[in-house]
Amino acid sequence: MQRTPLHPVHRAAGARLVDFAGWEMPLHYGSQTEEHHAVRRDAGMFDTSHMLAIDLEGAGTRAFLRRALANDVARLNSPGKALYSCVLREDGGVLDDLIVYFLREDLFRVVVNAATAEKDLAWLAGLPACPARRPRRDLAMIAVQGPDARAKTWQALPGLKEASELLGVFFGAQAGEIFVARTGYTGEDGFELLVPAAQAVETWQRLAGAGVRPCGLGARDTLRLEAGMNLYGQDMDESVTPLESGLGWTVALEGDRDFVGKAALRARPPARKLVGLVMTGRGGVLRGHQKVRTALGDGEITSGGYSPTLERSIALARVPIGAAPGTSAQVEIRDKWHAVRIVKPPFVRHGKPLHPDL
Amino acid sequence: MKHPDHLRYTRTHEWVRAEQDGTLTVGITHHAQDALGEMVYVELPEVGRKLAAEEPCAVIESVKAASDVYAPAAGEVMAVNDAVVKSPGDLNQDPYAAWLYRMKPEAGFDAGKLLEAAAYEKGVA
Repeated sequence: MQRTPLHPVHRAAGARLVDFAGWEMPLHYGSQTEEHHAVRRDAGMFDTSHMLAIDLEGAGTRAFLRRALANDVARLNSPGKALYSCVLREDGGVLDDLIVYFLREDLFRVVVNAATAEKDLAWLAGLPACPARRPRRDLAMIAVQGPDARAKTWQALPGLKEASELLGVFFGAQAGEIFVARTGYTGEDGFELLVPAAQAVETWQRLAGAGVRPCGLGARDTLRLEAGMNLYGQDMDESVTPLESGLGWTVALEGDRDFVGKAALRARPPARKLVGLVMTGRGGVLRGHQKVRTALGDGEITSGGYSPTLERSIALARVPIGAAPGTSAQVEIRDKWHAVRIVKPPFVRHGKPLHPDL
Repeated sequence: MKHPDHLRYTRTHEWVRAEQDGTLTVGITHHAQDALGEMVYVELPEVGRKLAAEEPCAVIESVKAASDVYAPAAGEVMAVNDAVVKSPGDLNQDPYAAWLYRMKPEAGFDAGKLLEAAAYEKGVA
């Protein structure tokens, strides 16, 4: 199994380690629920070094990415600006989701999922006119998230303050050897730091010293689920389109720009969509692959779990396109059908429940 | 004391205490709660339900997964612990205080046939 530069720190902290896409990663450091609350209420940090940053370099990079990505990097006008996008197959299936940063006109950085990194590199290389690609395995990644995340980051790493104090949401900037981005996967404010691997341990320990709580993949999953953010491989994959995955807002279909998958998305209006479910009674926990019954037909849960913030079970589910938020549906748990309410994700944003009437 | 000596155990990770009145109190082991992680949901059998030996009769769900709890013997459910339904995290705090249900085994059941602590620990090591 592969290990990140922070692996010895996780082991020393007594983390429960698990295999995630071939990487030995911390699931939790004792209490997944307390880690979740730390991010909602204060500040937590995640080792996300298993994800891969790839620098794309050369004069034709913007033109290439306009064709390779479903979202349009023409939207990236100021240096440092970031954009979320899917990478699609010709048939519209989702190969991966990523964040792309515009650093210079001849330098863009994409950050892709761990499990798909090699597939993505091969895919990009196979497209016409692919610019030079530089996988940045020399960088570790630490996501610092929560209402106090930025203040505690500056306390731990004062050298980052000047470059990141005025950083807008979804912008990144280089601060010495560290790349700081105001992005994340939790629905809270915070930073994602790309740090030279040799400095990863010291950076982590400084953050811990400033009161940032180490958090594992367990909390990362419940936080992103509450924030209504998709997980590649669960909520979408090559068999579905972004329009069937709650990601229509990330697909720039208008205009003349051609991109891989565009024709297929145009030709194939979605029959299904991704919605949120909230369990209204008791009966168990919503989990991936459970069957969903709506007034308009059947569907399936793609991600589910117990929400520590809402203290009830929530899920993302793929259902017939007409299934409306505010209506009820049923989910099968252990051969019994239980009532759920269909909602529009997210469930929680900046620490606050968004569907308090339920 | 991860698996106390005065209790008996099953291969399906229940602990069993033989009470003076002949009933059995059943819960899940330290090893089970540790492997499953933080508990968020508990479903217990109805009092009066007749159980077959090794029948799944309760469900516990953690942040990670759902898991069945099995009957250590054939018999009848006499009582259930509603407190643990309201507060599933008690199973992590102290799995031996947070019992799940109490049952009356059929005549002839011998709790001595269940595993001793050392044998159970050997099985989960």
